Amino acid sequence: MKLVSRSYPDHHTAMNAGLATRAGLPDVMAVDLRFLGQFTAGGGLMNLADLAAADGTDLTRVPAFSRAQATTHRGELVAMPTDIGPGSLMYRRDLLQRAGLKEHDLLHSWQEFLRAGAVIKRATGASLLSSAGDLLDIMLRSGLGDGDGLYFDRSSQPSVDSERFARAFELSLQARRLGLDLALTAWSNEWAAAFRQGKVATQMMGCWLAGHLKNWLAPAQAGLWRAAPLPGGAVASYGGSFYAIPKAAANPQAAWAFVRQMVFEQSTQLQSLQVIDAFPALLELHQHPVMDEPLPYLGGQRARQLWRDVAGKVPATPIHKFDALATRVVRDAFEQVMTQGRSIPTVLREANALIRRRARR
Amino acid sequence: MKPSRRWLPYLFVAPFFLLFLVFGGFPLLFSLWLSFHQWEPSEGLGAMRWVGLENYAYGLTDPWLIDALYNTVWLAIAGGLPQHLVALPLAYLIHRRVRRGRDLVLGAYFVPYISSSVAIAVIFATLYSRDYGLINAVLAELTRIPFVGAWLPAQPDWLGDAAYTKPAVAFVVFWRYLGWNLVLYLTAMQTLDNDLFEAATLDGASPWRQFFGLALPLLKPMIFFAITLSLIGSLQLFEEPFILVDSEKGVARSVMTAAIFTYQTAFVDGDYGTASAVAWALFALIAVLTWLNARLFSRGAHA
Repeated sequence: MKLVSRSYPDHHTAMNAGLATRAGLPDVMAVDLRFLGQFTAGGGLMNLADLAAADGTDLTRVPAFSRAQATTHRGELVAMPTDIGPGSLMYRRDLLQRAGLKEHDLLHSWQEFLRAGAVIKRATGASLLSSAGDLLDIMLRSGLGDGDGLYFDRSSQPSVDSERFARAFELSLQARRLGLDLALTAWSNEWAAAFRQGKVATQMMGCWLAGHLKNWLAPAQAGLWRAAPLPGGAVASYGGSFYAIPKAAANPQAAWAFVRQMVFEQSTQLQSLQVIDAFPALLELHQHPVMDEPLPYLGGQRARQLWRDVAGKVPATPIHKFDALATRVVRDAFEQVMTQGRSIPTVLREANALIRRRARR
Repeated sequence: MKPSRRWLPYLFVAPFFLLFLVFGGFPLLFSLWLSFHQWEPSEGLGAMRWVGLENYAYGLTDPWLIDALYNTVWLAIAGGLPQHLVALPLAYLIHRRVRRGRDLVLGAYFVPYISSSVAIAVIFATLYSRDYGLINAVLAELTRIPFVGAWLPAQPDWLGDAAYTKPAVAFVVFWRYLGWNLVLYLTAMQTLDNDLFEAATLDGASPWRQFFGLALPLLKPMIFFAITLSLIGSLQLFEEPFILVDSEKGVARSVMTAAIFTYQTAFVDGDYGTASAVAWALFALIAVLTWLNARLFSRGAHA
């Protein structure tokens, strides 16, 4: 077997070019969730459900929500999830204690989350959020049911001018006005420094954030961080990795055998969890004793149990070809509200019209 | 001469033309062909569907393209014009005054032009950093000065706040291409007849008078050439805003140029037809502006 490893954007550009020209394609390609919408739009990938049916592989062994992410509008399963990112609220327990707060003070509702943030700010000087945009991202995902898209409704019409968006925008604006966020860009140098200097009290992200905190963001804060479910009863999944087999693959049978080995074999999935902190897509592994292990960085918390429970509740949200475009338009609208003081209903109406225009093809 | 000899020169130049046709000619023609099609690339070449001029009508009326054109013009003026306003007098100064170490001075100005864009992104992201940047550190010190301080912004987020991103990017463009224009002007000045300047000195013309009355008019062809290059470069501006402001951020649209719009339409949204149409429209715009520029300069030359 030959493994080709490229940088993240190069890889997806190369795969896109490969699919367009039907040349230079691998037998198995890895696809990140962000590019899945773009890749599933065409008909260049094999329907893995057919391959699974042929040899009796039970697809319900991986979460329904991640299968939905890889299912085209024609109902074909064109990619197989290998790892998932159950959403979690990481928080600094020491800062909460200094502010006289408990975990449930953060979680009950979004309003209380912000109220707790004001208390933390007064007592410790730390900010509730690294960016108000994080609050927006997660609030947009709360309250979605199976089959509801993030930006597009069931009939593929943009739903950006809906109540869900208005409320998320309003609360995020409120967080900014109350001075509860640091207005930082995730993964920037300033963002990392803010963690290291203890200026950030909570961060909502995929459970894999714990690995980043432990390894490089804040290794010195071992034992101070804890994981909790997302506030306001929100359940979401952040990111995920998939394997796909191009229709033009030279060895489709071997390719499928490889995907089966990577996804449906307990030992491979367990190894990914232990070596690279990739949360397994294989549901059997969620019942494995490894889920009950205490995590030293999180002060011995058995956090994987929590993430497993989140993974079981994530709604099946279909991916739309124009999700990436809609994300860009919505973030731009958010920027207009935050820095130019434009009215929320107006920017949302404009954003909706723009997405409708762009997504017409 | 044997017939085989007659073909030999063509054989020798063939590699260039072959490479040009494959990597230059074919993509150009293909993108023109593509601009009349709607195409879902992940379905392969068979999925191309003829739509005539629809991509042009659709792409050119996109509200974000209008904004992108405005940004492009803004950055072209703010980043391009100062290059020439500074490079001309600077070239004159170096030409007349700097004798020893001239190559070193020239080299220092030219280094940004040949620096890798990754290095530039790293350096300027550090300089422009809101909390830890040198620029804001200096600003913080300056705000302590009475009167002056009141006029200065407090800790601007240079690459994160739409009010500051354009000037921040324009400065990098200016910094990067100043050396290039300096070299162009200095080369042109070295070809000027020194006798003219000696005669002017004898007639008692001051160095400034010589610059405006003598050097500038004589440099006109080179100024035309340099401005044409700047014009084309500015309208195709992509790299600097792209590497400085993360395109995932909402604020990125404040420095989205027409070229970035085209790139995103193709490689992020997968709409290669519209992107090709916009690219060809942009080419037409550049051609028209270059022609106007030529008209403007040639009329001046005849007067």
